[in-house]
Amino acid sequence: MADEVILLDFWPSMYGMRLRIALAEKGVKYENKEQDLRNKSPLLLQMNPIHKKVPVLVHNGKPVLESSIIVQYIDEVWKDKTPLLPSDPYERAQARFWVDFIDKKLYEAGRKIWTTTGEAQEEGKKEFIEVIKTLEGQMGDKPYFGGEAFGFVDLSLIPFYSWFHAFETFAKFSVAAECLNFSAWAKRCMEKESVAKSLPDEKKVLVFLTEYRKSLGIE
Amino acid sequence: MAEEVKLYGTWVSPFSRSVELALKLKGIPYEYIEEDLHNKSPDLIKCNPIHQKVPVLVHNGKPIVESLVIIEYIDETWKNNPILPQDPYQRAMARFWAKFIEEKILPLAMKATNSEEEKEKVGVEIFQLMKILEGELNEKDFFGSENIGYLDIVAAIIAVWFRVTQEFLGVKIVSEEKFPVLF
Repeated sequence: MADEVILLDFWPSMYGMRLRIALAEKGVKYENKEQDLRNKSPLLLQMNPIHKKVPVLVHNGKPVLESSIIVQYIDEVWKDKTPLLPSDPYERAQARFWVDFIDKKLYEAGRKIWTTTGEAQEEGKKEFIEVIKTLEGQMGDKPYFGGEAFGFVDLSLIPFYSWFHAFETFAKFSVAAECLNFSAWAKRCMEKESVAKSLPDEKKVLVFLTEYRKSLGIE
Repeated sequence: MAEEVKLYGTWVSPFSRSVELALKLKGIPYEYIEEDLHNKSPDLIKCNPIHQKVPVLVHNGKPIVESLVIIEYIDETWKNNPILPQDPYQRAMARFWAKFIEEKILPLAMKATNSEEEKEKVGVEIFQLMKILEGELNEKDFFGSENIGYLDIVAAIIAVWFRVTQEFLGVKIVSEEKFPVLF
C-alpha cells in the first residue's frame, strides 16, 4: 500500500520549511505543490477551507493543518525513523512550549521588522533580539535545543534563519553580533542536509520581501 | 513514590478550568492554588517566568505551562482514561480544533468590549466561528465520537465561559436554539 503524500507549500513560508525538513529527516517521499497565494487553488481551498493557508499536508487524501500539529503527525505516523520529539513526557511538554513560544513571539517581532519603519521597526528589532536571547539562554551548552540530537524545536526555529538577512537589512543590525551562541547553533543546523535542502536562498527572500514591502506601500 | 501535583489557576480562566477537567477525568489528586492575577504569588512567577500566567501545573516540582501543552502532558503521564484519540490523524484533528477554539473563539469571548457596535461585531464573529465548530460536531455525541475527549474538555469550558460573558456583554450569542448540536 503506497502512501500518497502531498505538501501544499509556498517557497518562502517558514512554516512550510519546517515540514520540508521533517519529511526529509524521516526520508518520506512526497509531492510538493507550490501555491500561488494571490490566486488560491481549488485544492488549497478544499483542503483548508477554514484558514485558506499553507502549509497543508495531504496524506492519502486527508488534510492535516497547522505546521506544529503537522510535524507531530509526521513524527507519529513515520515513527520508526529519526524521532523528532523526545520520548519523555516532560521533555515533550518543554519542546511543545518552546515551539509555541517561537510561534507567538518570534514571528510577530519579525513581522514588525519587515512591515514597518521608524520607531515601530526599532521596537520590533528589540523584541526580536530579546526573543533570540531567551531562546539562546534556554539552549545553554547543548548542541541543539533537544540536547544531543536535532529535534522539534530546532526544526521549528531554523527556518527563520533564512529570513534573517532580510530583517538585518531592513532594520540595520546583525544577529551574529548580538547572539554568538545562536549563530553557532544556526550554522550547525545548516550543515544538515535536510535543513540545507529545505531553506531558500536568503538573498532570494530579501528580494521577495523587498518587493512585497513596496507593493504594500512601505518605505 | 508519592506524586505531588499542584495546579495554579483562577476560577474565572477557561484555560485553567480545562486543565482541572483533565485532572478530574483521570482521577488525579491535586492541590489547587487560586491565584489573584493582580497580585501574583512569588511561586507562580518562579514557575512561569516567561509568561507569568495561569494555569501552571507543577508535577513533582517541575512546572508545565500553556493549557493545551499541560493537557497533553497529563494524557501522556497518566495513561488511564485517554483524553486524546489513539489514531494519529484523529489526534491531529483534535489538536487543530482545540487550537482553533483557544486561539480564535476564546480571545473573542474574553474581549472586554465597551461600545454597542463593538459588542455586536464581536458577537457576529463568534457566531460564525461557532457555526464552524457545530459543523464539525455534526451528529456525534462528543467531538471525539464516543467518549469525552480532548476537545470536549476545551469546548465545555466555552459553554461555561459564554454564560458568564453573555451576561457581561448583554448579548445572547450562543443559545440552545441557535446551536442545538453544540448544546
